Amino acid sequence: MPATSYEAVMSAEPDTPGRLLDVRDLHVEFRTRDGVARAVNGVNYTVDAGETLAVLGESGSGKSVTAQAVMGILDMPPGRITGGEILFRGQDLLTMREDERRKIRGAGMAMIFQDALSSLNPVLSVGDQLGEMFVVHQGLSRKDAKARAVELMDRVRIPAAKERVGQYPHQFSGGMRQRIMIAMALSLEPDLIIADEPTTALDVTVQAQVMDLLAELQRELDMGLILITHDLGVVADVADKIAVMYAGRIVETAPVHDIYSAPAHPYTKGLLESIPRLDQKGQELYAIKGLPPNLMHIPPGCAFNPRCPMAQDVCRTDVPPLYEVNEQRGSACHFWEAAIHG
Amino acid sequence: MAEAILEVRDLVKHYPLTRGILFKKHVGAVKAVDGVDVELFAGETLGIVGESGCGKSTLAKMLVHLERPTAGTIRYKGEDITTLSGRALKAVRRNIQMVFQDPYTSLNPRMTVGDIVGEPYEIHPEVAPKGSRRQKVQELLDVVGLNPEYINRYPHQFSGGQRQRIGIARGLALRPEVIVADEPVSALDVSVQAQVINLLDKLQSEFSLSYVFIAHDLSIVRHISDRVGVMYLGRIVEIGRDAEIYDHPTHPYTQALLSAVPVPDPQAREHRERIILTGDVPSPTNIPSGCRFRTRCWKAQERCAREVPLLAVPPHLESVEGPARHPSACHFAEEKHVVPSGPAAGDGGTGGAKSL
Amino acid sequence: MPEPRQNPHFDDPAHSAVAATGAGGAADLAMAEGETLEKAPGGPDGSGPADKPRSLWSDAWRDLRRNPVFIVSALVILFLIVISLWPSLIASGNPQSCDLAKAQQGSQPGHPFGFNGQGCDVYTRTVYGARASVTVGVCATVGVALLGSVLGGLAGFFGGASDAVLSRLTDVFFGIPVVLGGLVLLSVITSSTVWPVVGFMVLLGWPQISRIARGSVITAKQNDYVQAARALGASSSRMLLRHIAPNAVAPVIVVATIALGTYISLEATLSFLGVGLKPPTVSWGIDISSASPYIRNAPHMLLWPAGALAITVLAFIMLGDAVRDALDPKLR
Repeated sequence: MPATSYEAVMSAEPDTPGRLLDVRDLHVEFRTRDGVARAVNGVNYTVDAGETLAVLGESGSGKSVTAQAVMGILDMPPGRITGGEILFRGQDLLTMREDERRKIRGAGMAMIFQDALSSLNPVLSVGDQLGEMFVVHQGLSRKDAKARAVELMDRVRIPAAKERVGQYPHQFSGGMRQRIMIAMALSLEPDLIIADEPTTALDVTVQAQVMDLLAELQRELDMGLILITHDLGVVADVADKIAVMYAGRIVETAPVHDIYSAPAHPYTKGLLESIPRLDQKGQELYAIKGLPPNLMHIPPGCAFNPRCPMAQDVCRTDVPPLYEVNEQRGSACHFWEAAIHG
Repeated sequence: MAEAILEVRDLVKHYPLTRGILFKKHVGAVKAVDGVDVELFAGETLGIVGESGCGKSTLAKMLVHLERPTAGTIRYKGEDITTLSGRALKAVRRNIQMVFQDPYTSLNPRMTVGDIVGEPYEIHPEVAPKGSRRQKVQELLDVVGLNPEYINRYPHQFSGGQRQRIGIARGLALRPEVIVADEPVSALDVSVQAQVINLLDKLQSEFSLSYVFIAHDLSIVRHISDRVGVMYLGRIVEIGRDAEIYDHPTHPYTQALLSAVPVPDPQAREHRERIILTGDVPSPTNIPSGCRFRTRCWKAQERCAREVPLLAVPPHLESVEGPARHPSACHFAEEKHVVPSGPAAGDGGTGGAKSL
Repeated sequence: MPEPRQNPHFDDPAHSAVAATGAGGAADLAMAEGETLEKAPGGPDGSGPADKPRSLWSDAWRDLRRNPVFIVSALVILFLIVISLWPSLIASGNPQSCDLAKAQQGSQPGHPFGFNGQGCDVYTRTVYGARASVTVGVCATVGVALLGSVLGGLAGFFGGASDAVLSRLTDVFFGIPVVLGGLVLLSVITSSTVWPVVGFMVLLGWPQISRIARGSVITAKQNDYVQAARALGASSSRMLLRHIAPNAVAPVIVVATIALGTYISLEATLSFLGVGLKPPTVSWGIDISSASPYIRNAPHMLLWPAGALAITVLAFIMLGDAVRDALDPKLR
């Protein structure tokens, strides 16, 4: 009998010390009117305590869907998890009862969304919304919950927290709202935070404030952080390791320094070369030709092959496995050696 | 110096705030654009950067006459076009066109691509005789890199990047001299952004266009622009050639903005100095006295609350030779190097691989 | 915990899937064939016969054809229209020829629905009653839709003072209770045609459509393609007719279809109250009214016209529902 209760999971010792999350061969598809969209096609990644994993990808790469599956907030239907395991502290979340999973959300793992305004309830004060977690999960009184809410707002450095605790979401600026979202995610001190494009909607100066805050809190609380983003700059600033996704698969995974200095997959390479530089005025940009694939008709073989400058016949027929580049790196390219050196 | 094709003087756009339904009472104004002076020279690209709410989109709309200025003038080749209407306005519109941000809302979903790109000819029939229009539309599609056979398709059959190409083709149809592009790539995926930027570059030389390129992404603006203006709260606070702004910024806001841009180079995160601004942008209904940036500025002094700094070469930098000498609206303008210029971040050299 | 959300611009597979329905499938083929970036950066392959250009209407039609609710309600409505044009197709008798001797008699050979209080054949009268209901419903809806969408559309497009005046006027008309208004206004009219009833419905019905039209014009007006047309120098009429109207008409059609059913039932209500259609016009409302005192002794006199009315109203409301489902972009 596997330990599938909330208490058992939270006290369980995973096989690898410090390993929080282990996603294994996850498959997710969406049934739509026009067919089946294969959004996630065999994703593997791990997150340890105190580690930041950046999941990088464009629209439709499956980066958010994977995270939603991990959180257990995937819309089902139309979504369907068709295979794989999501091990949180060594226990498979997918075989767990819904009420047990619900307890893990919040206390075990929490999520920060891109659009803080629509993630907050406009008719409740932020204090009520922050306090709610304590009332529901820890049975605190309204008054104690409010005190904890002020504490949390202080922690995410919202100025004049005591005075502002009774205000409503629309009275806060975008950056402050995102801080409230962070405070809410942190309220039960989870082991793992999933941040889905947390700063995309923010201005660059505010973005820096929020990313700094998030990184600092993560260090302080020794949390695992999954940062989902399409921004190569944000990744370089905070990540420890990176998983690059394309068409529902991880095409490259590596420690952050390696991937920028020597990408081992033509897609990663193309992305890095296609972004303009801040420190010099460039000539013509390198542009990856074509478009990301339609998830209902993912090309056979390597999904990137129609856009890849290195594609050979084998790429059109054989799906590349995640080749081991070295102990810490993998690349799903038949010609990763050529990619890394060229 | 070359003749300015567009000359903007003291441009202001205030949206009045009113209370009451029948008897409207003025209770203030949103000062979206609050005194902008800028010019666009033939064949150049002027980049305008700024954060949301700084008024850059309102400025764009006034340049293409989608909003009427509250005050100030816009001159096109010396002619004041601010108050034009009717036939004269229609004639000027032929020369100043716009590319929109959102490729999903900027194309009419009920019209085919041919109708969308051909609409300019229906509005200005003198540009192309009826018989030649279909061919002209197909040429345009070809120019922007779309298959001319797509002429009968509807916008929803295209991806975001392709839609943006359709929007660009529409903007080009009347052979304008100026194109105002408001965040033309920010809704697109990274890998598609580069395609569209390259296209804009190519079209500029092919049709000798002048661009006003408005964006919040500083890297993209640098890539495409010859000169860059930085906007804050309805005003341009610093303007100059791209190297002057990016490598030798003198306004503290520009410096903070540039230092906050995440750079795709993990090496940079250790040795990079970041200026983290405190607080938020003040509301455009209630702009601080004096220098509007002073509430967030680490250099602010008493004088900043009293005196509005003008957009000009600061007196103490007048004598300096070199790139620091450019207009900057700060009493204490001072050069500060904030953009790391490390080894090329993205070109995947073999050197890095050796360290594995 | 905050609700999960899907952002259309980022990583929403349903969205990507939708966005790619037309383009992507063919795009992959195009790319696989090695077309260059400059000529065809993916996209609809011009040659594929399976990938015909699709507009919202053809999409909606494709949807409707597969919807059993639509098929059933459309067949019922088609049937109603046919018998209201040519009632003699299925009813050979004359609705006005009555034999008092047979008053209130039940079903008998040749007269399946029995006879009413005047001794008229209920079957014949029910068939002939369709004409009045359908005429009133269709005419009132067309009138309401035209008046409402023109006024609402202009108000929404031009805004300002005209909008303020129209909106207050709408509020005034919304304040008039329909049945009371009907009793007051229609009781002074003696004409036995359908037109006073239609006119009354248009008078009280247009604000509903006008609000919808105003709202959807304002929404459509904010789209960048309208701004783009204006930047090209398009005239107001061009923007309104070419860009706004086609994109704002769908909600008007949906509401009008549903309203059609309610107008038919309103006609019956007014006729029942004696202020709607008047004899010798044959109408379900009149028949229901004259049958209601005898509901205990001869329920068939009431049940047949009332049943026909209920089915008709339901058919139009279901049709409206199906059309809304097909036109609602949120479901696609």
